[in-house]
Amino acid sequence: MIRVELPSHLRGLAHISGEVRLDIEGQATQRTVVDALEARYPMLRGAIRDHITQKRRPFMRFFACGEDLSHQELDTPLPDEVASGREPLLIVGAIAGG
Amino acid sequence: MSKVRVLVGTHKGAFILTADGKRERWDVSGPHFAGWEIFHLKGSPADPNRIYVSQSSGWSGQIIQRSDDGGKTWEVAGNKFAYEGVPGTHQWYDGTPHPWEFKRVWHLEPSLTDPETVYAGVEDAALFVSNDGGQNWQELSGLRGHGSGPHWQPGAGGMCLHTIIQDPDDAERMFIAISAAGAFRTDDAGKTWKPINRGLRSEHIPDPTAEVGHCVHHIAMHPARPNVLFMQKHWDVLRTDDAGELWREISGNLPSDFGFVIDVHAHEPETIYVVPIKSDSEHFTPDGKLRVYRSRSGGNEWEALTKGLPQADCYVNVLRDAMAVDSLDQCGVYFGTTGGQVYASADAGDTWAPIVRDLPAVYSVEVQTLP
Repeated sequence: MIRVELPSHLRGLAHISGEVRLDIEGQATQRTVVDALEARYPMLRGAIRDHITQKRRPFMRFFACGEDLSHQELDTPLPDEVASGREPLLIVGAIAGG
Repeated sequence: MSKVRVLVGTHKGAFILTADGKRERWDVSGPHFAGWEIFHLKGSPADPNRIYVSQSSGWSGQIIQRSDDGGKTWEVAGNKFAYEGVPGTHQWYDGTPHPWEFKRVWHLEPSLTDPETVYAGVEDAALFVSNDGGQNWQELSGLRGHGSGPHWQPGAGGMCLHTIIQDPDDAERMFIAISAAGAFRTDDAGKTWKPINRGLRSEHIPDPTAEVGHCVHHIAMHPARPNVLFMQKHWDVLRTDDAGELWREISGNLPSDFGFVIDVHAHEPETIYVVPIKSDSEHFTPDGKLRVYRSRSGGNEWEALTKGLPQADCYVNVLRDAMAVDSLDQCGVYFGTTGGQVYASADAGDTWAPIVRDLPAVYSVEVQTLP
């Protein structure tokens, strides 16, 4: 079971309160976690990663265990602490904008 | 008794303002989608309870929302806007080729007859259509395929398709406008398009009378006369009486022929409204006065409408989609400002009062006249 924390604007969009808990088939990676998120909450499609390129949106970042994972390959396994549910994967809206 | 519903898109959410036919007491609902940019929302003429919303943010891109109960509840629709084929390039600000990239939806135009059909004008400029209530979108790629696409350039706000007008007498005919490419018309339901910019003169481009490259800010039509269009261009107010074959300037005595909005009285096809803006660098009202200008003769002779509007120290802008009219017997006129005010006139512009005055910057105003 993977725990995911979403930024408030995406929790609002998907009508989620609190943390999301996902069961992932196979390896837990950024790609498989976002796949599972989008499957459960179709309204998030396109909001974390681009529909066409499948790349992370520039102002959406992935943090876990005190590290910025945003620039890792999408298929890199997430840290064991995240894969085991001891630590959440944080999907963060960059501090930017106005 | 009839009532009106004013749909307001702002920098940080949507607001819905409702009143009875007297248009004196207003209920304000919102913010809907708080914190998101709402470029535009518009109701279906075929089913007024169906409202489509363009919601976007720099973090999470484009979202389309729709309501089936007049804006009480919302449902996320589809947001996949994929250009057909290889998108190719247009000109960047410096004249170099730049790949076509989807950024956002500027304008949503529901079909006149089918609530499930809606058109989307997007940046980088293209026209999309959905025939299933906004779930799936297909590009009407004949527009970009016209051949002039590689020469289109963005205006200061981006290369946006911001105006979509359907001909109520001819389901095959539609007009669109792009900043800064110009106006185009299709006569075959979007398969092929023709630039309709003859008569436009833009001194700031290399060839002032070029076929494309004009910064058209907005176009308006009265449904009873679909061959007559009125245009607010970057500079100049113009009209055509032959569906865009030839335009002529009607700026007349306006204090500035720069501006964004233009609209037509609901019952008087020769009565039109603009809000002059000082210049293309300052983007605020001339002399600190917020004045709507009305022509009752289809242009050239304009009168300033000032009663109820600030006439000192007012430096706001009125953006291209931020004016609309209702169709009550006494035509109501509405506009929103970048200062967050939405003004209404229940007497065709003679007098004005703010409905709200402290919203986030207003991007768009649409009006529904309800039974």
